[in-house]
Amino acid sequence: MLPKQTRTRYILSSSPHAHAPGSVSGIMLDVIVALLPALCCAVHFFGWRALLLTGTCIASCLVTEACCRLAMKRENTVGDLSAVLTGLLLAFNLPPDLPLWMAVVGGVFAIGVAKQVFGGLGYNPFNPALAARAFMLVSFSEAMTAWSSNGLWKAAAGYAAGDAVTTATPLQYLKSVGTAAWAKLPAADQALDFGSVSFLKAAFFGNVNGCLGEVCALALLLGAAYLLVRRVITWHIPVAFIGTVAAFAFFRYGMDLSALKLAEAHVLSGGVVLGACFMATDYVTSPATAKGKLVFGCGCGLVTMLIRTQGAFPEGVSFAILVMNAFTPLISRWTQPKPFGAK
Amino acid sequence: MMKSIQSMFKFFGGVHPDYNKDLARDRAIEAIPLPKTLVVSMSQHLGRPAVCCVKPGEHVARGQLIGTRDGLISVAVHAPAAGTVKAVEPRPGAAGAWADAVVLETDEDQAATPEVRMPPLDGRAATRDEVLARIADAGICGMGGAGFPTAVKLTPRVDRGCEILILNGAECEPYLAADDRVMRERADRIRAGVEILQRILGGPSVRIAVEANKPEAIAALEQAFAGIEGDVAVVVLPVLYPQGSEKHLIYSVTGRSVAPGALPSSVGCIVENVATIAAVADAVLDGVPLTARVTTVSGDGIAQPRNVLAPVGTSYADLVAFCGGEKPGVRKVVSGGTMMGLTVPNLDIPTTKTTSGLLLLTEARVFQYASSPCINCGRCIRACPMRLNPAALSRAVESDDIAAAEALGVMNCVECGACAFGCPAYRSITHHCRRAKNAIRARAAARKN
Repeated sequence: MLPKQTRTRYILSSSPHAHAPGSVSGIMLDVIVALLPALCCAVHFFGWRALLLTGTCIASCLVTEACCRLAMKRENTVGDLSAVLTGLLLAFNLPPDLPLWMAVVGGVFAIGVAKQVFGGLGYNPFNPALAARAFMLVSFSEAMTAWSSNGLWKAAAGYAAGDAVTTATPLQYLKSVGTAAWAKLPAADQALDFGSVSFLKAAFFGNVNGCLGEVCALALLLGAAYLLVRRVITWHIPVAFIGTVAAFAFFRYGMDLSALKLAEAHVLSGGVVLGACFMATDYVTSPATAKGKLVFGCGCGLVTMLIRTQGAFPEGVSFAILVMNAFTPLISRWTQPKPFGAK
Repeated sequence: MMKSIQSMFKFFGGVHPDYNKDLARDRAIEAIPLPKTLVVSMSQHLGRPAVCCVKPGEHVARGQLIGTRDGLISVAVHAPAAGTVKAVEPRPGAAGAWADAVVLETDEDQAATPEVRMPPLDGRAATRDEVLARIADAGICGMGGAGFPTAVKLTPRVDRGCEILILNGAECEPYLAADDRVMRERADRIRAGVEILQRILGGPSVRIAVEANKPEAIAALEQAFAGIEGDVAVVVLPVLYPQGSEKHLIYSVTGRSVAPGALPSSVGCIVENVATIAAVADAVLDGVPLTARVTTVSGDGIAQPRNVLAPVGTSYADLVAFCGGEKPGVRKVVSGGTMMGLTVPNLDIPTTKTTSGLLLLTEARVFQYASSPCINCGRCIRACPMRLNPAALSRAVESDDIAAAEALGVMNCVECGACAFGCPAYRSITHHCRRAKNAIRARAAARKN
């Protein structure tokens, strides 16, 4: 005969009854903060239009997120800041002069199709910003590959005459000349010397043509360092990704000085740093274990270089990450940690 | 003076919660005045409840047997004080389960009824069987948490050989300081217990494992163990939750890993809580059964945090009153520590042999939240000391895929809470694992019947 009821004066809950600081929106905010130096550089090199384009992308993503959640009759998730981050990353992957309406379409695709259709944050198989970029590359192929020459880039590369350099990204230039052919050219005939201090300076500080957010390696690395210190990301994916790109180029092009220069060119241009530190490290679409991250990072680097060297595209980071996103569930399955003490 | 050594092995994972031990760690053990009523549960421990052997109306002496062991995995229960049995009826415990309990109205004049003690044994001469029988008769179970019968824990291993006896003084749970105080104030008793076990276990190495945040306890042990025979040392562990988890403690001390599903004996180790060892000495040398323990009463919702020596069966309300009462705004009361402890609905719950702490937490320490979908950030994977994939487990349980959870090794989960502690999506990962484990156990039990 049990007494029927006990008084409940206090909250009953399952352990643990303590929680570390940190939240999903806090993590998103950290990544946004980490991207601010690169955004500042974009404004510096491409003018206020870069900010306008970025704002357009973010607004488009936020409105789409809110509308989708409303239509799905689920709680509004605008506050988790993931849509802001997607908008920011999308803008970083667009040419600075892209018509604004295209950016709006990109934002709608990123959130509406690549994210909310699958159920929202946590359920999307592909990186929304990169999925949108791929969609836009196919839909607006001309506008997506038109580079108004970066003024400073022109000056930096001034010794090399001709539009071949000034209206192309370094990798487009390389593709047009032919990488192997470039390596054989005498130094004087190389319109662009990847080993020169002027190129290094240009690539590091952002005086090159390219997508809005990918040009300044220094600003991106600064942001990545911030994320590492804040423990938002781990070193595994960036190091595996960038390391594979460099090693691939170095071994592919003959392991000599010009191969070294090419390796450096491949790492510093075409969004490898942006992709490796900020896009491939997206939690939802990459493996969570250390081993899985290494496999994933190497895969990204490998596919990037296969596209660049064997494919038609001069730049392959976005597609490489998307391809590896598709492999994430498999990699996660293969790299499941073994329980403590298991042989 | 005996030298202490540093732990050389760091287990994977673990977290650093706010320890908040300063609230109580410098308060000496204080005995509570004998409460008017004690509710002594027959389910003090892991395994089958004891069988009550007294009747309502009966007068019992302090130390008298009131519950006999029921089978091997069970523990005897004794009267913590002289008094009259008012009732034998089901009462709720901290875990929410109801079990038969002896409601004892204590005598005002305790001296009037002589205490019942078992004959003291000579620690240097008693045989192994005598000592083990005594430990069982004295109702000793592990005082660290689960409450496994100590005599059973010591028995099978003797046959396999115990190479290393590890004393668990890690006390890695936030707030708790009971073991810390026992090590500081009863180090001599712990030494006496160690000497008894050294003999009956065939002279194993002895390692007393203490987290580095208890320097006074380490010093007290070093002093008390000076000149002890055999290979005995204090091992200083890095402060890392869950350092006191049995498998992780073994790894930190010896570098040996216990395989999934295996017992510490498989790597030649026995782990016993420090307070349990002191209780063994009391039982063997003095013939005193285990009827009282030290409980840390702490939290930001208690007026005076204290380490209270209270008879088993003291109600939480009496403990709180002894510690100056509740501060306004207490929202949650936890029996145990904040990482693994159990919340209780009210203070009408009696202490048991395993009540290590009673924490009163106000709004500021109570987090209520809405959990959101897993973003696969990997924090739980990096935190899990059992090297599981809590993120995947949690997702599997959320979609009721218990088979997937089993395949992911959920049965290895020790429910330490490290995963949920750090989850930025505030997911109840630990609870998900618990649910899966219960479902798997229930299914296995159903299959057997």
